[in-house]
Amino acid sequence: MTVQIQISLEVNGERVDALVLPRLNLADFLREELQLTGTHIGCEHGVCGACTVRVNGDIVRSCLMLAVQTHNASVETIEGLSDSGEIADLQAAFRDRNALQCGFCTPGMLMAAQDWLKQHGEPDRERIREHLSGNYCRCTGYQAIVDAVEATARDRQGCKP
Amino acid sequence: MQTMTEASANPVVLSVLDRPNSYIGKTVPRPNLERLMQGRGLYVSDVGLPRMAHVVFLRSPHAHAEIIAIDASAAKRLPGVIAIVTGKELSAVITPWVGVLSHLKGLKSAPQHAIAIDRACWQGEAVAAIVATSRAVAEDATEIVSVEYRELDAVTDMRTALDRQTPVIHPSLGDNLAFERNLDAGAVDQAFADSDEVIEADFIFGRHTGVTLEPRSVVADWNVAEARLTIYQGTQAPHMVQNIAALHLGLRDSQVRVVCNDVGGSFGIKVHIYADEMATYALSKLLRRPIKYVADRVESFNTDIHARDHRCWGRIGVKRDGTILAFEIDDLTGIGPYSMYPRTSAIEANQVVNLVGGPYVTKNYRARSRVVFQNKNVMCQYRGVGHPIACSVTEGLVDLAALKIGLDPVEIRRRNLVADDAYPCASPSGLKFEQLSHHAAMNKLMSMMDYDGLRVEQAALRQKNIHHGIGIASFIEITNPSAAFYGVGGARISSQDGVAVRMDAQGSLICHTSITEQGQGSESLTAQIVGSVMGVSMERVRVILGDTDHTPYGGGTWASRGAGIGGEAALQAAKILRKNVLDVAAAILQSSPAELDIADNVVVNAGDGAPRIELQELARIVYFRPDTLPPGIQPELMATRHFVPREYPFAFTNGVQASWLEVDIDTGFVKLLRHWVVEDCGTIINPQLVDEQIRGGVVQGLGAALFEKCIYDERGQLTNANMADYLVPMSGEMPDIDVGHVVSPTLETELGAKGAGEAGTAGAAAAVANAVNDALKPFGAVITEIPLTPQLILTALGRI
Repeated sequence: MTVQIQISLEVNGERVDALVLPRLNLADFLREELQLTGTHIGCEHGVCGACTVRVNGDIVRSCLMLAVQTHNASVETIEGLSDSGEIADLQAAFRDRNALQCGFCTPGMLMAAQDWLKQHGEPDRERIREHLSGNYCRCTGYQAIVDAVEATARDRQGCKP
Repeated sequence: MQTMTEASANPVVLSVLDRPNSYIGKTVPRPNLERLMQGRGLYVSDVGLPRMAHVVFLRSPHAHAEIIAIDASAAKRLPGVIAIVTGKELSAVITPWVGVLSHLKGLKSAPQHAIAIDRACWQGEAVAAIVATSRAVAEDATEIVSVEYRELDAVTDMRTALDRQTPVIHPSLGDNLAFERNLDAGAVDQAFADSDEVIEADFIFGRHTGVTLEPRSVVADWNVAEARLTIYQGTQAPHMVQNIAALHLGLRDSQVRVVCNDVGGSFGIKVHIYADEMATYALSKLLRRPIKYVADRVESFNTDIHARDHRCWGRIGVKRDGTILAFEIDDLTGIGPYSMYPRTSAIEANQVVNLVGGPYVTKNYRARSRVVFQNKNVMCQYRGVGHPIACSVTEGLVDLAALKIGLDPVEIRRRNLVADDAYPCASPSGLKFEQLSHHAAMNKLMSMMDYDGLRVEQAALRQKNIHHGIGIASFIEITNPSAAFYGVGGARISSQDGVAVRMDAQGSLICHTSITEQGQGSESLTAQIVGSVMGVSMERVRVILGDTDHTPYGGGTWASRGAGIGGEAALQAAKILRKNVLDVAAAILQSSPAELDIADNVVVNAGDGAPRIELQELARIVYFRPDTLPPGIQPELMATRHFVPREYPFAFTNGVQASWLEVDIDTGFVKLLRHWVVEDCGTIINPQLVDEQIRGGVVQGLGAALFEKCIYDERGQLTNANMADYLVPMSGEMPDIDVGHVVSPTLETELGAKGAGEAGTAGAAAAVANAVNDALKPFGAVITEIPLTPQLILTALGRI
């Protein structure tokens, strides 16, 4: 319980070596050890989606994953996706549509939305709503977010509305 | 400037906002979005300071219990534990408070401590603070603090709270009645006697809460060397927090600085003073180092204010022709063991009394509301404050009356809504209305939703045993509150706001405003207004909010007041600065201010728009070469103005909502298909931001209508204090929401803006409840309770 474990992983393309307690979850590791505060903590029990990050290409709830489980893994956070430009178009659509208010859900929401766009990508509102239904937003009522993801899906498919 | 949507009848007379390149009425992106989207925001949970320690609160597992003994000896030995502090120990540095205001006559409450002393009064009240080098260590220590309790009888049911055999929670108060208000206007008994039909119903509202995605968080930093306390907190009212913290820690206001950076949702949850936040300030003072408190989600459910737990009997008297003759209500609400501080927990009930029947002509109205104590978490003001209750009761009764006399729900409203040309006028409860637009809003709604078409579709679907419902709800909303809201009751909660605008040495603008930003767009609307008045492009306007050391003194952002009050202050400050700039420009150009204007960051000829001098060049001369100005000129490139409404205590808005939904009569599930809102918030500064406020507000109301309820057992245990069991609206269940506007600017301000923050929440649940009842009409089932769970619907259908 109190013996620290050595882990090595890649975070946003940078090699990280750390000694962590087995009980430390990935969200706390990213925020407190690596100061990557763009990953937010909303519920700490896997419901709200604010802490969504990518591990080896899949989106996960970083509050439900232990840091030790990311040994040898590649972790990507909102800071990485922003700096690489991977979601610049999606962020532009969020901006144009005012698809965020307080912004606390936004990093997780962008992660989940980008996952939809990469895995499926159809501009289908119902399916977008379903895919984002694990990410809680109290401010927007979701419509603007769905609009922004739909618009990005159309743009990426090259079929403007 | 009568409407934004129509060309001015007299283009010669332009207001300061009807200018070329004006940002008013235009959708422009908020300046702060990029930061938030890139994960570069700064929320309180992101704040770290040197020597900072973390506090975790040990909370009472009982709804009502005497604290016999606290043994923290083992916990204190845990490595990393800095201090374990009881309520009594903390009381050396912080005084208790009582949440009452003098204008709510008779309101009473008991002294509340930052940490419970001797007795815990709800499940979740803090009984000790554990401070450690990390939150994890503090949580470990909390597990091994041993508290001996003697459980006391818990008062949980509001309906029996006033019974003689029910224990009194605070014996010094004499009974469990916190507040009662009675109103009797017009000739109610005669009106009911004259009615052809009198219909009554009990309306029941689930207790729910705000569930801000960012839990309440605070970092308090007492710097003993400066004798100053800096509080980093996501609050809607920084100056209120400054005053309250100072008052109870024995400091002057000037010794407290409140810094409010990014806030992860507020909705009224973060406009109050919470005991655990007060304890955190006090712990910093006691331990002479920064202390961080971040609530976890279970604590949020147990300690963030709850709201809406009302049971309201109501009746309506109506003539056979649809004329409504009277409303009467008897409302009961349970607020937990204390009235919240400093805004009190009587406001919601007070609003219910104020607002019932508000959209309608009848002057016959009787109301009683009683507010009782109970051993549950505290209740207080949450987005919409009383509006959803009043709207659901009023609109539910109107629909029941329509059903009884066989009149269409839209038609009965048309026959009773106050006429659009009847203003100014007052409601039976004395509310003053400057200009509302119920009929124009209803007309617009009808065309947006194709009401007649939907009725045809509904009838056709019923043939196929598919049950769709249409629900309509008209509403009024209190916005732009003056001192009448809190100030008159003795609360040091400012109803005025201030904006300071200054020009930097390159001609850009920096605005400091006392309103705050929690995502509504305060920063954007301030920049839009200032940029428009000044003729400066928005990317050259920087807005700074949320710091009591730097912004003017003011109320903050709550009660739909930011745009209407803070926006007007911004307009007036910008007007002064504009005049000052033109005075300097005239001196430089040997012209007169009247002949000059500013457009696109350049001083131009007012007549032909020809460029004369760039603001950047003007600023250079003012700041670096004032020696070249004519003698006697002392430029003043900074201006400050404050504003508070004086003419009307509140700027009322109005609107109407409609819901179109399907009820599955086999499963009891409700599927929301579409939702419409038409509202009138006066001048619209940024249409997109207004629409998104409306949509977000609607969805909060939809959550209340269908899902959200804090479920307490009879012993006062909250049984669903987590996000898996307390259901909130997620994207999969929410409909698209169409928003339309009628524009009746308030003439009390030059800006003309009223609030829009709560309109969505005010009427959404009422529209849904009416739609469900409309869908169930063939079955003769009527439900007057929310949330409308499948169980409730199947029970009403007699299926379970």
